[in-house]
Amino acid sequence: MSGLDIALIVLAVAGTAAALRVVTTRNVVHGALFLVVALSAVSGVFLVLGAEFVAWVQVLIYVGAIVVLLLFALMLTKAPIGREALDNQQRGLAAVVGLVVFGGIAWLLWNAFGGAVFTPEPASTTEIGALIFDKFVLPFEVVSMLLLAALIGAVVIARKDES
Amino acid sequence: MIHLPIALIFGAALFAIGIYGVLARRNAVMVLMSIELMLNAVTVNLVAFSQFLKDMSGGVFGLFVIAVAAAEIGVGLAIVILIYRNRESSNVDDVRLLKW
Amino acid sequence: MVSFLAEAGEHASETVHEAAAVVPGLIRYTWIIPVLLLLSAAATLFLGKRVPGKGALLGIGALVLAFGLSLGVLWHFVQGGETYTSAVPWFSIGSLDVGLGQYVDGLTAIMLVVVTSISLCVHVYSLGYMHGDTRFTWFYVVLSLFTAAMLNVVIADNLIQLLVGWEVMGVCSYLLIGHWYEEKKNSNAAIKAFITTRIGDIPFMFGVFILIGLTGFTTANIAEIGHVIAGENGETVSRLAVSMAAILLFGGTIGKSAQFPLNTWLPDAMAGPTPVSALIHAATMVAAGVYLVGRLFEVFLHAEQWVLTTVSVVAAITMLGAAFLAVVQDDIKRVLAYSTVSQLAFMVAGLSMGEAGYTAGFFHLFTHAFFKGLLFLAAGAVIHGVHSNNMSEMGGLWKKMPITFWTFLIGALALAGFPGLAGFWSKDELLVVANHEGSWLFYALLGTAVLTAFYMTRCVLMTFFGTYRGHAHPHESPPSMTGPLIALAAASIFVGWIGSPVFQGLFGQWVFFEEIEEAKLIPWIALLSTAAAFIGIGVGYALYRRWQERDPTRALGRVYTVLERKYYQDELYDWAFVRPVRDKLSVFANWTNQHILDGIVNAMPMMARGLGVVTYWFDQKVIDGVVDGAAETVAEAGGILKYLQSGRVQRYAALLILGLALLTIIIITIQP
Repeated sequence: MSGLDIALIVLAVAGTAAALRVVTTRNVVHGALFLVVALSAVSGVFLVLGAEFVAWVQVLIYVGAIVVLLLFALMLTKAPIGREALDNQQRGLAAVVGLVVFGGIAWLLWNAFGGAVFTPEPASTTEIGALIFDKFVLPFEVVSMLLLAALIGAVVIARKDES
Repeated sequence: MIHLPIALIFGAALFAIGIYGVLARRNAVMVLMSIELMLNAVTVNLVAFSQFLKDMSGGVFGLFVIAVAAAEIGVGLAIVILIYRNRESSNVDDVRLLKW
Repeated sequence: MVSFLAEAGEHASETVHEAAAVVPGLIRYTWIIPVLLLLSAAATLFLGKRVPGKGALLGIGALVLAFGLSLGVLWHFVQGGETYTSAVPWFSIGSLDVGLGQYVDGLTAIMLVVVTSISLCVHVYSLGYMHGDTRFTWFYVVLSLFTAAMLNVVIADNLIQLLVGWEVMGVCSYLLIGHWYEEKKNSNAAIKAFITTRIGDIPFMFGVFILIGLTGFTTANIAEIGHVIAGENGETVSRLAVSMAAILLFGGTIGKSAQFPLNTWLPDAMAGPTPVSALIHAATMVAAGVYLVGRLFEVFLHAEQWVLTTVSVVAAITMLGAAFLAVVQDDIKRVLAYSTVSQLAFMVAGLSMGEAGYTAGFFHLFTHAFFKGLLFLAAGAVIHGVHSNNMSEMGGLWKKMPITFWTFLIGALALAGFPGLAGFWSKDELLVVANHEGSWLFYALLGTAVLTAFYMTRCVLMTFFGTYRGHAHPHESPPSMTGPLIALAAASIFVGWIGSPVFQGLFGQWVFFEEIEEAKLIPWIALLSTAAAFIGIGVGYALYRRWQERDPTRALGRVYTVLERKYYQDELYDWAFVRPVRDKLSVFANWTNQHILDGIVNAMPMMARGLGVVTYWFDQKVIDGVVDGAAETVAEAGGILKYLQSGRVQRYAALLILGLALLTIIIITIQP
């Protein structure tokens, strides 16, 4: 159990707890704020694992942009407060499904990589950049087209009808 | 030294919690938040394996996932707002046009 | 390094040797011809409305180029060039590698010339005919796309590529027949054409699968399949399997070339604009079925005898049956449509007579394309002038539309087999082959020739002679329409000579199967075929010299009724297939849905609840307590079953994910 391991466990526990609060809280705005905590914890995990660049992108885009977008949406839709307003009647079933999925994945991963140990090396941003613009240049362009399409699509969908 | 399973189990937990949220939440915005959790779980796994295998491709795909998530949330929220405008409600189970 | 270079050099010299070193540049680029048309279709679609000529000029320009290139390719064979083939990889599935290639032999070259020239005429002609149409640009898009698809079928070197063109043609044909879809009749005709040809396409696809299977799933290349079937790689192939493949492939031909029993769609397809009828239903698409048989001729030759016998029987039934129908039609386009069906059967009959008939069959395809295209376009000009399809509302047009009249007359005489014109030479060739093979088809061909001459005489006399009986003001068409007519009329006069024995059968030196067949002129056969033509023309003239309110063929009485109702074929299909499917099957499906499925869903909770009530009553009277719980459980089960279809997406998703997770866990657990 190294220091890095401990850091990782702390972050993972914090992230899991925050994520649990996101899906159980009775106040939507609190939910969004807990999401910020969970996403930051994930970003911390990335840092510990050595993926520095991904971590900062995570902070920038998720914490910086997506959560703000979510808060805007909450504001526009006047989301109600309270358990009955936020949850439906199948919490029990959902919990069972969640547990089965978690159990299945965890068991599978533990069997396959239970004892896997490695020393993280900081991934250089240079290397990632070279990869994106060399090996993955086509997916990169496709993603940029996708973002453009999503941008236009969102505007078209959300726009008020003139008539 | 890092134990890989810690990160993997963390990803699995996030994924399962996301599934719970998607299934149990009525409010469409909350459902979208849960989907973000699930996408993050995937990114965690991608990055963990990328570092484990010393192959940066996983990290690059993590970036792609983040980009796609941004697109998804944009369109998803637009739809939510549209539904809200038409039906005065952003509850998923109020949209029950598939009923028998 | 040195050895590598040596190897490469060897390889290069081999390639050069294989290409026979005389391959001029042009033939390598045959693939450009369909691509040109594809580009023009795309360009017309995207830019059509913004360029002068509303996009028509793009297609015409591409076709002029394509026609030039096709002539260049043909020139290669005129000089006695070799077959050329090349391909680039397209995709592979397992062991099956499919390329995108070209297979250019004499037949390909001839077909390229036919398709591009007829299509060019139709493109130009449509300038006048479709002038002012609301979907003018769209019309040209589909026309170009159609031509591209047909050209792709012509040059395809493998079955998958051929199938793609084949299907695109089907779609384009659907779009074009239904071009004026505002009228229910037209869209019905389009649907009928599409579905009927699809019925033939299904066996065709299975035939393709069998052929690919016979090669051990290694190739779809037509030439290689031919080698495998001929047993040239040392392994013998099951003759029965080849026969099955051949008869299934012929199913495709029956559909596309409107042979019996799938012949009913072609006359209905006349609902489309006339240029479409000329292009698709006379010169190109219907010829694709015949072309397919020729391309896969190896398969038919190596099939058991009964396959070719079936083919000839189908051809004979079709040629005579359709010719009789043509006799009683009043709609000028339908006369030509039935005539097309009948003439296609001529080509099929030629191919069914084996290697000797190959050249003759395709020679007839070649000449027929020109004069039938001409006849349709001229008929279109007449319809354009008198605003009616019915010959009973025409008459006396030869003075008012002289160019149309003369060109139509040339086309009709060529079709009737008037000596010296195109149709005469190709029919004569077919008769010579039939006689040489001692085939009974000889009599069917001769009989149909008489009928053909008869109904074309009837058609010409009713349309152009006598006095005008309609109410419109007929006028000669604009030059964009008469130009193509004149060009095609010239072709109808001259193209027959290419394959005539007078020039030692030049055509046969370009289009042949393995061995060059010499064109022979047997005087008594030539005389007989001339006599057949004159008998038909004479009888027709005697009967239709004067316009009669009552058609003389009505004297046939009951036979006339049968013919007028098209042998009740449509009624039969309607009764046997359309109605059971439409009325019984769909009603049944609907009923099942309404009563049984809904009933089950509704009845479940009700039954459960009923059961619960019964049990509860029983329970109250007999035992209390334990059974009470059972009843409630059952009621609950009913309630849950009802909620299964709750419309709640999240409920669906929960069950979906749960099932998926459990399944995954089970699969992983039971894995050794």
